[in-house]
Amino acid sequence: MFKIFEPNKIFLITSKAPKYVMALFIAVISIGLIEALILSPEDYKQSHSVRIMYVHVPAAWISLGIFSSITLLSLSGYIFKNKNFFLIAKSLAPSGLVFNIIALVTGSIWGKPTWGTWWAWDARITSMLILAIFYLLYLIAWRIYEDKEKVLKITTLITIFGIINIPIIKYSVDWWNTLHQPASINIMSKSAIHSSMLLPLMIMTAAFALFSLLIFLMKYNTELIKLKNKGLDRL
Amino acid sequence: MINELLNMNGYGLYVWSAFSFTLLSFATLYSVTKVQYIREKNKFIAKYGELDAQKAKIARTQTINQEILSGSQSI
Repeated sequence: MFKIFEPNKIFLITSKAPKYVMALFIAVISIGLIEALILSPEDYKQSHSVRIMYVHVPAAWISLGIFSSITLLSLSGYIFKNKNFFLIAKSLAPSGLVFNIIALVTGSIWGKPTWGTWWAWDARITSMLILAIFYLLYLIAWRIYEDKEKVLKITTLITIFGIINIPIIKYSVDWWNTLHQPASINIMSKSAIHSSMLLPLMIMTAAFALFSLLIFLMKYNTELIKLKNKGLDRL
Repeated sequence: MINELLNMNGYGLYVWSAFSFTLLSFATLYSVTKVQYIREKNKFIAKYGELDAQKAKIARTQTINQEILSGSQSI
């Protein structure tokens, strides 16, 4: 089962894919930046500061998506006894952390003109900060533990505890009285955001997703070569 | 036009710093990942070069090793 996930087969694709993903990313982000900074309208309440949404929201979405994927991959690694799942999860983590930091910093920058403060211990912001701590713990665990079995157990445990935080982040704006506005985009019902703002948001989300794919591919190739280096030592 | 784009009704500093921070983070992450990749690849090539003929032949049988040594991958 999961023969498609064999490193030998995957490497043939992952080694050649980054240049194409990079080209696509540059094209999409260029369109996204023009849309977000020039073509999209200003908000009647927030004026031009609303443009920060086009980097803040996609970064937050992708960091949440990556952490959920890492948890799913770590658990699948245990269930299906496939170590390649752990390698894929490990390769996804750096871009997840960077997107999380981008969401926190750009949120803080957006907070100043909107709420009058750079930081507030608001439920959404605090739970995003906790997610960043889980990302850090996950990456540190991979660095400090030499024992392969131990590191797989510890990183999986970190993701299991961390995943509890994901619904808290999502529903924090509904469960608590926070500074954050409720979700404007809903898959199940009509979005509260106008199409002239939704379009740049979707383009920027696609660009960010492509960038995380690019970093994942580069990181995954590096991890595979690292394994092959160890293989040469054993010859 | 340019002044308007830079100033953005007084919000320019916030908007441009948010976008600059994002793009700078992207550039940093990309550079760090690329450096790590090149370092590991060079280490592999150096180690492969030190192998004797028989071990090098065994190493060559693996698809990934062939791919790394061929240098066809580019990032």
